[in-house]
Amino acid sequence: MVVATKTTDSGAESKRVIELEETTVRFCGDSGDGMQLAGTQMGNTSAAFGNDISTLPDYPAEIRAPAGSVAGVSGFQVHFGSQKLRTPGDQLNALVAMNPAALKANLADLESGGVVVVNGDAFTKNNLGKAGYESNPLEDGSLNGYQVFRIPMDTLNAEACKDSGLSVRAIGRCKNFYALGLVYWLYGRSMEPTLRWIERKFAGKQDVADANAQALRGGYYFGETTEIFPVRYQVAPAKLTPGTYRSVSGNEAVALGMIAAAQRAGKPLFYGTYPITPASEILHELARHKDMDVRTFQAEDEIAAITSTIGAAFCGAMSATGTSGPGMALKAEGIGLAVMTELPVVIVNVQRGGPSTGLPTKTEQGDLNQAIFGRNSEAPVCVLAAASPGDCFAMTVEAFRIATEYMTPVIVLSDGYLAQGAEPWRIPDIDSLPKFDIRHPKPGDAFHPYERDEKLVRKWALPGTPGLEHRIGGIEKKDVTGEVCYDPINHEVMVNLRQQKVDRIAETIPDLSVTGDESGDLLVLGWGSTYGAITTAVEHMRKKGLDVSSAHLRYLYPMPKNTTDLLKRFRRVLIPELNLGQLMHHIRDICQIEPIGLNKVQGKPFMVREIEATIEELFSNGKAS
Amino acid sequence: MSAQAVAVELSAKDFASDQNIRWCPGCGDFSILAQVKKVLAKIGAKRESTVFVSGIGCSSRFPYYVDTYGFHGIHGRAAAVATGAKIANPELSVWVATGDGDALSIGGNHLLHTIRRNIDINIILFNNRIYGLTKGQYSPTSPMGKQTKSTPVGSIDYPLHPISVAIGAEASFVARTIDVNTKHLQHILERAAAHKGTSFVEIYQNCVIFNDQAFEYSTGKDTKDDSTVYLEHGRPLVFGKESDKGIRLKGMDPEIVALGNGVKEDDLLFHDERALEPSLAYLLSRMHYPEFPEPMGVFRAVERPTYEELLMRQVEVAREKKTRSLDDLFHEGDTWDVK
Repeated sequence: MVVATKTTDSGAESKRVIELEETTVRFCGDSGDGMQLAGTQMGNTSAAFGNDISTLPDYPAEIRAPAGSVAGVSGFQVHFGSQKLRTPGDQLNALVAMNPAALKANLADLESGGVVVVNGDAFTKNNLGKAGYESNPLEDGSLNGYQVFRIPMDTLNAEACKDSGLSVRAIGRCKNFYALGLVYWLYGRSMEPTLRWIERKFAGKQDVADANAQALRGGYYFGETTEIFPVRYQVAPAKLTPGTYRSVSGNEAVALGMIAAAQRAGKPLFYGTYPITPASEILHELARHKDMDVRTFQAEDEIAAITSTIGAAFCGAMSATGTSGPGMALKAEGIGLAVMTELPVVIVNVQRGGPSTGLPTKTEQGDLNQAIFGRNSEAPVCVLAAASPGDCFAMTVEAFRIATEYMTPVIVLSDGYLAQGAEPWRIPDIDSLPKFDIRHPKPGDAFHPYERDEKLVRKWALPGTPGLEHRIGGIEKKDVTGEVCYDPINHEVMVNLRQQKVDRIAETIPDLSVTGDESGDLLVLGWGSTYGAITTAVEHMRKKGLDVSSAHLRYLYPMPKNTTDLLKRFRRVLIPELNLGQLMHHIRDICQIEPIGLNKVQGKPFMVREIEATIEELFSNGKAS
Repeated sequence: MSAQAVAVELSAKDFASDQNIRWCPGCGDFSILAQVKKVLAKIGAKRESTVFVSGIGCSSRFPYYVDTYGFHGIHGRAAAVATGAKIANPELSVWVATGDGDALSIGGNHLLHTIRRNIDINIILFNNRIYGLTKGQYSPTSPMGKQTKSTPVGSIDYPLHPISVAIGAEASFVARTIDVNTKHLQHILERAAAHKGTSFVEIYQNCVIFNDQAFEYSTGKDTKDDSTVYLEHGRPLVFGKESDKGIRLKGMDPEIVALGNGVKEDDLLFHDERALEPSLAYLLSRMHYPEFPEPMGVFRAVERPTYEELLMRQVEVAREKKTRSLDDLFHEGDTWDVK
């Protein structure tokens, strides 16, 4: 969105500057072109400048698809602005494409009239062929609707780095910094944060550090010197809550949340898991922090991951496992065991496209039903869902709070979009985190394994404590004493107790709050990663004068106590979900209302305009008012 | 109570829980339970520091009958539960009670990986070569041709041999014993408890209901001496009622020879449980009745760092390198201030 344009006149340079409220840039190239790095730097530099940012990588499922092919294209999208941003951006305003395949794979996401910066040197006959172009798009007029800047980056980068002493091949690897430098100039970004990063990253390899710095500067100064760019862009700093910030992805935030909970509880963290896309980064992140008494266990399979986690919880660790949908299916029986033994276990499901193997690297919200219902018999489990990458931290800490306070397994739903997307995260004050005042019975205390307090919670007696030896397990137990018991009435009592205990978690969770008005024509209700798109769309529609508000469920089971009451204050409820209507069915059942579903299962998040279009349609055809 | 901890000597009875035992009368499990309790007392185990973990099956009821901490898991997963328990608290003495179906069929994967990691737990596998709790189907250790409810005209599944499987999985301690040979059973359990790393013990266990006398050859008064050979480290493999037979190597294969007539003990195969290469242990594990006497005792006992030891060392080394607060962790990498 253009805010203002002005012309600066400093020395020989005379360039029009367009001020934007927000803009979205995507870097794309071959898997080996360093586009993730360039994009990450662009995001971090913009954040340090004071913009709000939201970023999203997009990489192929194959590790090394053939170079130059469309299947091998890797991209990184950066959305930055002078206002609060909640999504990585619907549509690109600018595209940096390092080769023909990257252009081909990404052009459809660029707005008409948008900026295309291409590495002209890469548009050889051979590369055009690999990308499946029959003619050169830079010459055949097919890009006429865009502002195309054809820069011979290979040549210019080699020139910039010619004194580095590095091989031609090594110099070629600096090309991503050349492109980044050019983009920095285009958006008036300082090179300093990235130059500092290069010094840190390549400490001890001065020649490599120098070459990359030269490439970055080369790109920047080329932009400054050349006459081919008619304008530059400016995006002013955003007004954010004061504090110290860092960037976090959803998976990083989950890991930090787990460590925070364990540290606050003064306990070791056990994380038992089996590698699976897109959850593996949680393990990678945790494995780096062993000094915080993080004990990661890469199990032989998903079942060992959940059952080892249960064993660790039995013996007193803060215990968690993480996976994605197919892994959740395998863990189902284990989660039932955690329900039966009433042990505090946190299970993170980073959802992906399904069923079965589905779309491993793509996002979906298809596992809500699985989380709530996916076990044999009556096996209630608390289910939470994070709304944004940063919220993954808060909900993971909250999951441990509930798990230890109620002696119960808790499922945290994230998804591929949250896991890989990143946003600025205001570093919390440590004292603001829950205290985790966990009390274990002591030697000599009166103890029965299934004796409950007023909240129906049993005590967590740890092996190693003299006098409290006891046996628990998956077989039904006698109320209070915990002996193996097949008595029919006892079974019914225990089934009800387990359900009531989980229901009572609702006593300690916040009410569902509304963004907008407390009642009205239309409420857009969401859960999980759709938060950003829904909130932004509703904000836009309210500016247009429509009577629409939004609410977001972070507690799916049990739901906030005011949910039904709140929903019934609106004439209609629209529920956008990246599935075929799982929350909608759940709401219909619990709240006895008839919501409208907006469903998408393309492995991609909602675009803001898709939700806006649906809201407008509901108002125009009279369904919402 | 005095502040000074008084070491109280516990007897086998002190390890008995107050639960009614629900195994069938005559089940081999009773003997195993009795010997385990005796051994716990003998080695000075503490009730509070001992954890029995099990899966599903007749043998997996074991934890309920021992007055220690106990966890009755789900089918096949005992080794994984035990792994988590040991990592959470390496001070605990963790035992797994499992059966041939639990450990080798549904839980086969966990058994392999637990053994190769060498996590310091004791796995006792009650092998009765049948599914008992589900009322008599063949198991992964049932012999070919075995007639059961699920194989009325005989099993066509080639059986697994637990000792061979454990050795193949890089076990550091592997032993076999028999439920009714109480002295030997105690001795082997004691050895298993003393071993640092995963101890794998196969116990021939008689199921009186669904597979009675499956091991009669190895326990019967008239047959046992000719159908078993008891392994002793550094000693030749001699067996028979009159100790007049031995096992000799012929090329790569074992053969039975009669002692005397020029065949001396020195010509026989000498047992070496500490051999670094497991070839000899594996060769012994392939000796099956009726072609050979079946070896009883410790096949292999070698030292290797345990998983939890290596893990905790990594934690310690990381702590020596840097001490960070949670706040330090949060502030790592690029941060910026918004005023």
